[in-house]
Amino acid sequence: MSTELEAVLGKTWKRPPFISNQLLRRGLALAFVAYLIAAYLTIDINWSRVYEGLDRGAQFALAFTNPDFTSRASDIWGGLLESVIITVAASVVGILISIPIGLGAARNIAPLPVYLICRGIVAISRALQEIIVAILLVAIFGFGPLAGFLTLSFATIGFLSKLLAEDIESMDRVQAEAIKASGARWAQWINYGVQPQVMPRLVGLSIYRVDINFRESAILGLVGAGGIGATLNTAFDRYEYDTAAAILILIIVVVMALEYISGIVRARVQ
Amino acid sequence: MPVIEKNGDTIWHRRTTKQSLAHSAMWLVGLAIFAYCWQQISNATTWFFVWDAPRIASDIWTRATPPKWEYISQLGRPIWDTLNIATLGTLIALCLAVPVAFLAARNTTPSALFIRPVALLIIVSTRSINSLIWALLLIAIIGPGVFAGVVAIAIRSIGFCAKLLYEAIEEIDEVQVEAITATGASRWQVMAYGIVPQILPAFAGIAVFRWDINIRESTVLGLVGAGGIGLQLSASLNVLAWPQVSLILLVILAAVVISEWVSAKVRGAII
Repeated sequence: MSTELEAVLGKTWKRPPFISNQLLRRGLALAFVAYLIAAYLTIDINWSRVYEGLDRGAQFALAFTNPDFTSRASDIWGGLLESVIITVAASVVGILISIPIGLGAARNIAPLPVYLICRGIVAISRALQEIIVAILLVAIFGFGPLAGFLTLSFATIGFLSKLLAEDIESMDRVQAEAIKASGARWAQWINYGVQPQVMPRLVGLSIYRVDINFRESAILGLVGAGGIGATLNTAFDRYEYDTAAAILILIIVVVMALEYISGIVRARVQ
Repeated sequence: MPVIEKNGDTIWHRRTTKQSLAHSAMWLVGLAIFAYCWQQISNATTWFFVWDAPRIASDIWTRATPPKWEYISQLGRPIWDTLNIATLGTLIALCLAVPVAFLAARNTTPSALFIRPVALLIIVSTRSINSLIWALLLIAIIGPGVFAGVVAIAIRSIGFCAKLLYEAIEEIDEVQVEAITATGASRWQVMAYGIVPQILPAFAGIAVFRWDINIRESTVLGLVGAGGIGLQLSASLNVLAWPQVSLILLVILAAVVISEWVSAKVRGAII
């Protein structure tokens, strides 16, 4: 019998730990507990204020059972329409721009200088958050949906180009080569060799991005970049919880509808 | 096969005539919708300000550079608050997301008819509302401060974590679960020894991934008053202190890049 087996025999089995290095495991646990204590000590929670707030929390929860769609109807529907318009326009423009940038950011079809420029654009767009971009664009272009539209277009480029480029980089080279061997020009090569391979994923991702854009368009109004966020902010400021609940319900319904549609579309293209 | 006869030759096409007509019609409708949307945006825009934009942009740029470097001494505490909001928010969210995920997964839910839809509703409603909106709401309820930020991040993350986790639970290998069941294990033992070990790597990956996103989101929560470095950002913006704004933006950028790097490293180590 091997010595390895002898060492194990007669002992009860223990579940192997997730991190096998004991020192690392203990060290991480200790550091984590120390951090938690430090974090807890520096957050001052005003429990009496929280306790007072529970009343309002309950009111808000109750408002969901009785949302008020009517008293601010024109603001709600106007804001929602503006959100949808921003979403559609920004998604279209963002997707159109992100396709060439995605092609340029794929190492296997783009030359190095183009690759570096496109990756740079993607990195900048991904590092800046929507709301910060929106603040800057509102400062530059003035209040209104144009700033929101530009913000979301810009954010779409970073998201979609990166994923598209990754998809192109992992495509099947053989098919692309076959098209090239038939004497296709560059545009034909992209159209018949590359595009069919990445199209299902591109469609799926685009629809997912529309979904994200709508969710983001709901907060752009907080900084004056158009959409339903402004109405929502006003409702909170006036403590009109029933109107706020109505707006939140509408947002949830639209997002659910978009998710449902995207499920159908993705099932069809794949 | 879509072919078209022309002068006795058959030529291959991607689509039949009918298909290509339908295709063009679809594009036309899409174009019309986009034109309508653009017109609405254009109507709501003061174009005078837009034509003036390059001048304004260069004006802001000259005011914002160079960043006011010495202001960084006042940013230590806000950065610590931001880190706390993201980390504690993620932890609370994970604690809440685990039971929701088990209730939502088809193979572990106690009742597919009653409890699963409720769990799915929790997931979709927490996920579809942005953390800034949750923060607005919580500030109205429990007052401004770091705690509101923590709770906002926590609520927002529940849906995200629970969705990814329940998908991981639905994809587990049933054979292992059956093997544990065959030893006579109770329901909880099956869960602890049959299911949990299979989803633990996915769980750790989700946790780090969400923490990374939460660092991003917590940097701007202060804009509505929920603590963190966003408070300094909104205060600086309100007094038009552009050199401070540019420094804060640089700090936020650094935080985002570092958290992304950390999360990529940790996920690389796990998977």
